[in-house]
Amino acid sequence: MSYYGRPVVKEPTWAALDIAGYLFLGGLAGASSTLAAGAELSGRPGLARPLKLGAVGAISLSLVALVHDLGRPARFLNMLRVFKPTSPMSVGVWLLSAYAPAAGAAALGELAQLGRARRLSRLGTAGAALLGPAVASYTGVLIANTATPAWHAGHREMPFVFVGSAASAAAGLGLLAAPLAENAPARRLAVIGAVAEISAVRLLERRVGIVAETYHRGRAGTLMRAAEALTVLGVAGAMRAGHRSRVAAAASGAALLAASACARFGIFEAGRASARDPRYTVAPQRERMRAERR
Amino acid sequence: MSDPVSDPPRVGFFTDTSLCIGCKACEVACKEWNRVPEDGLNFTGMSFDNSERLSADTWRHVAFIEQRKPVGGEFRWLMASDVCKHCTDAACLDVCPTGALFRTEFGTVVVQEDVCNGCGYCVPACPYGVIDKREDDGRVWKCTLCYDRLGAGMEPACAKACPTDSIQFGELEVLRERASGRVQQLQQAGVLDARLYGHDPDDGVGGDGAFFLLLDEPEVYGLPPDPVATTRDLPRMWRNAAIAAAGLLGAVGASFAGRR
Repeated sequence: MSYYGRPVVKEPTWAALDIAGYLFLGGLAGASSTLAAGAELSGRPGLARPLKLGAVGAISLSLVALVHDLGRPARFLNMLRVFKPTSPMSVGVWLLSAYAPAAGAAALGELAQLGRARRLSRLGTAGAALLGPAVASYTGVLIANTATPAWHAGHREMPFVFVGSAASAAAGLGLLAAPLAENAPARRLAVIGAVAEISAVRLLERRVGIVAETYHRGRAGTLMRAAEALTVLGVAGAMRAGHRSRVAAAASGAALLAASACARFGIFEAGRASARDPRYTVAPQRERMRAERR
Repeated sequence: MSDPVSDPPRVGFFTDTSLCIGCKACEVACKEWNRVPEDGLNFTGMSFDNSERLSADTWRHVAFIEQRKPVGGEFRWLMASDVCKHCTDAACLDVCPTGALFRTEFGTVVVQEDVCNGCGYCVPACPYGVIDKREDDGRVWKCTLCYDRLGAGMEPACAKACPTDSIQFGELEVLRERASGRVQQLQQAGVLDARLYGHDPDDGVGGDGAFFLLLDEPEVYGLPPDPVATTRDLPRMWRNAAIAAAGLLGAVGASFAGRR
């Protein structure tokens, strides 16, 4: 039953390239900063360097995408008028305001050999490493705190899906760019991230009921299947040959990065599809009402 | 901030759809008073409804439903003027990162057009699909419950224009009492489908400032049967996000354990 098949809730007005792109890049940046700090502490400069540069690049692109998506980009700074814990976007803006400069300072040390800048860079590395996981996980709350059926129904699992995806993306960047002798932690993180992501997605799809269809059908379905296939491919490649073949390591890394991007765009598209069809809004609410009456 | 001592009482709409004749005077009055731009000269072909939905440029929307139900005659028309619900727990207001959306002294929810930066977060947050972005303008727009008219002691334009008093404006407490009387009256007259929608302060949005008397299930009118402001789940979501972030930190740490 619906009103001429019209949607009940509004589809997000966000552009996929900007916002799904940000979900991917923000996750990549956050997890990369943490992995980079580990690499630096354990004496793996060849792993730390590309991760730090990748993090600052990804977060810079993210900020551009986020401002670009605003209806009034010139009013971006209005975000800093208030701090609202009830708004994951507000929390995210403040988080990024602290994280992005830290990631920048961390990368500065890789580019300049300045005496004074060394300490700043170390401080940035530590700060970005600690804030990075929050940057990677809060976006799960950002999209789940909406009436978009496919997103809100998965609100328990979404942060875990997102950090899993972020971990495998950062591992992918490490595998792609670090020398073979230093990529062991990236290989291990790739396995952990992939297992976390795939199991969290499976759990989400099982728990969201009828809305799970939106993750399996259409463009979202294609993207989600591609994400899983690329993840498996990337992890398998990294485990089998990531320690001895430069080409295999790079290919596995690229596959993991692509997998993470596909997952974010897939989740984004599932949300859009679920908002377009009134069934996904009405049926779960009716189901809940029946359950409460029992 | 609303101040319970000095603020005027909370006001709202009671839209009694059993009185609606589908004249769309509310749509027109709203547009004229609020200078809402044209929303497309469409011909949907599905019914007399050519404005289709609430949107950035449609703040009152009259729905038309034709049903084959033997009520007096062979079929019946349902007509209902939809509007922003001005929720007690307003998800749009909760998620707005600029503070552009705020709660007025009348208990209504209004966008400050000089603050909104068009982030669009309120659009998917609204469980009723009311607020929307005006594409050529970049900002979001919705019913203000005629904030400017309220300030001058006048009733909103739609209620003023409604020729059958299907749209009733007033103090929310008074409207709720009147509505429960009306639904009883209809039930006793044999209109067993009559029910209130959005009147209950214990529902998922803490009750609507604009509530309705409907003659069928809410979804028939394009309304969600059990809307929830998702901000209610936010504490649990933040907790899970913190656990997930800690997990990522731990996972990276674990990746450095073991041989080179």
